[in-house]
Amino acid sequence: MKAIVSVFSKDRIGIIADVCAVLAKMRVNVLDLSQTIMDGLFTMVMLVDTGTSDLSFGEIQESLAKNGEALGLNIRIQSKDIFDAMHQV
Amino acid sequence: MLNTIDILQTLDMLDRQHLDIRTVTMGINLLDCAHPDIDECARRVYDKICRRAENLLPVTRGIEAELGIPIVNKRISVTPIAMVAQASAGEDYVPVAAAMDRAAKTCGVDFIGGFSALVQKGLTDGDKKLIDSIPRALAETDLVCASVNVGSTKAGLNMDAIAAMGRVVKETAALTADRGSLGCAKLVVFCNAVEDNPFMAGAFHGPGEPECAVNVGVSGPGVVHTALKNVRGRPFDEVAELIKKTAFRITRMGQLVARTAADRLGVPFGVVDLSLAPTPAVGDSVARILEEMGLEVCGTHGTTAALALLNDAVKKGGLMASGRVGGLSGAFIPVSEDEGMIAAARSGVLTVDKLEAMTCVCSVGLDMIAVPGDTTADTISAIIADEAAIGMVNNKTTAVRLIPAAGLDVGDSVDFGGLLGTAPIMPVHPESAAALIARGGHIPAPLHSLKN
Repeated sequence: MKAIVSVFSKDRIGIIADVCAVLAKMRVNVLDLSQTIMDGLFTMVMLVDTGTSDLSFGEIQESLAKNGEALGLNIRIQSKDIFDAMHQV
Repeated sequence: MLNTIDILQTLDMLDRQHLDIRTVTMGINLLDCAHPDIDECARRVYDKICRRAENLLPVTRGIEAELGIPIVNKRISVTPIAMVAQASAGEDYVPVAAAMDRAAKTCGVDFIGGFSALVQKGLTDGDKKLIDSIPRALAETDLVCASVNVGSTKAGLNMDAIAAMGRVVKETAALTADRGSLGCAKLVVFCNAVEDNPFMAGAFHGPGEPECAVNVGVSGPGVVHTALKNVRGRPFDEVAELIKKTAFRITRMGQLVARTAADRLGVPFGVVDLSLAPTPAVGDSVARILEEMGLEVCGTHGTTAALALLNDAVKKGGLMASGRVGGLSGAFIPVSEDEGMIAAARSGVLTVDKLEAMTCVCSVGLDMIAVPGDTTADTISAIIADEAAIGMVNNKTTAVRLIPAAGLDVGDSVDFGGLLGTAPIMPVHPESAAALIARGGHIPAPLHSLKN
């Protein structure tokens, strides 16, 4: 499934590396990535493919939330469908 | 390619603007549950609801997690019980309400609607029994909602039923007096009721509906309010355009959820209801949208015009976004469920009379309004008659959900908790309409030509 991973956090060194390491461990493939600092807040959205992973979407979601907490990052993953529905005719 | 701005906009709507799916409601036909023995009928009702809706909760929870959008309520609507239970010999239909309540709890849904009767033209023996059963049914169950359709544009107004409903509302208030007359929050009196409404308390699965269907109600007052801050002071053309675009986005999301839920549950997709449904949370209010358009307080002069534009633009924007639109579709103005309406009612600016005018141009009607506990049954019937007349003449759905809060008076308020919110007691006219209601009979259907 194509999904959007969004990450919000106070900026620090190594956030992208940390998130990508978590995704790589679950064999989730990163297809595209956009990152900026918005009002001092690290803001990143990634397009990923969860089809390469052996884990279910729910397990990936749970693992990201748990790892995010440990890393001090607000990470979530949602199906890409919701963004397509709202913004593409 | 990633469009970061669009993605962040959606996340902001979800996180800060209270964007949610208000309800996924499964409609279930119960006509095949009729049986001469009322207890057997109740057993069949329980079994069929549980069988049809057993996956409703896990499926909707899965969609919530996958899309990252809250689905606030999961509900069930059923065939009007007067149609199902009148084959039974029983004198009252409370056992069927109890079965509905148990089934709703087994399936884990928030509410079940359909303890209903359609009596716009007249009452069958079963309709009479159902109406008489409503107060006890609502007092003795937790999740059951009841509704009665007392009029339509084609049939006129059944004034005998309207007189009866005033008494039923009062009796329901008395039987649930220990809970702030909460039973009345689960009872709606309709004119031109729709058969595919996913919203409570008026949801039922009409006789023209399929065996089973999934209907979805969207929400999003907070999203519209936030968008409108960008066009402060601009002409109304721009306001209408912006609301249409926003409603389109919200409804697309509703359509996605409805289609996904229908596919996974293996039942047909019914409708998306394009309603702007508020909650008592700050930032999720229809009244604040109207105030954003330029009103000092919702309820002052100009409120009806602002609401007319909002209601129309929501429909125009939403229509194109969904394959099938239905239900009540429009802006809701339930007083106790809307933080801005509560404040406006408390300040005395928003009155029952102004709310009645507002219902001429928006969805539904006099909704979640608490009135003094000593309001007579005749006065409640007269309020229902006025509201039903607006629906009948204007060819639209109107409804009344009044709570004559036992033991309370103007200046008090009653707290229902959760989405039902807090209702300040609003004054009604003390002058009597008893002689009008005592006439009974039928107000004929209006003329459909020579419209001026």
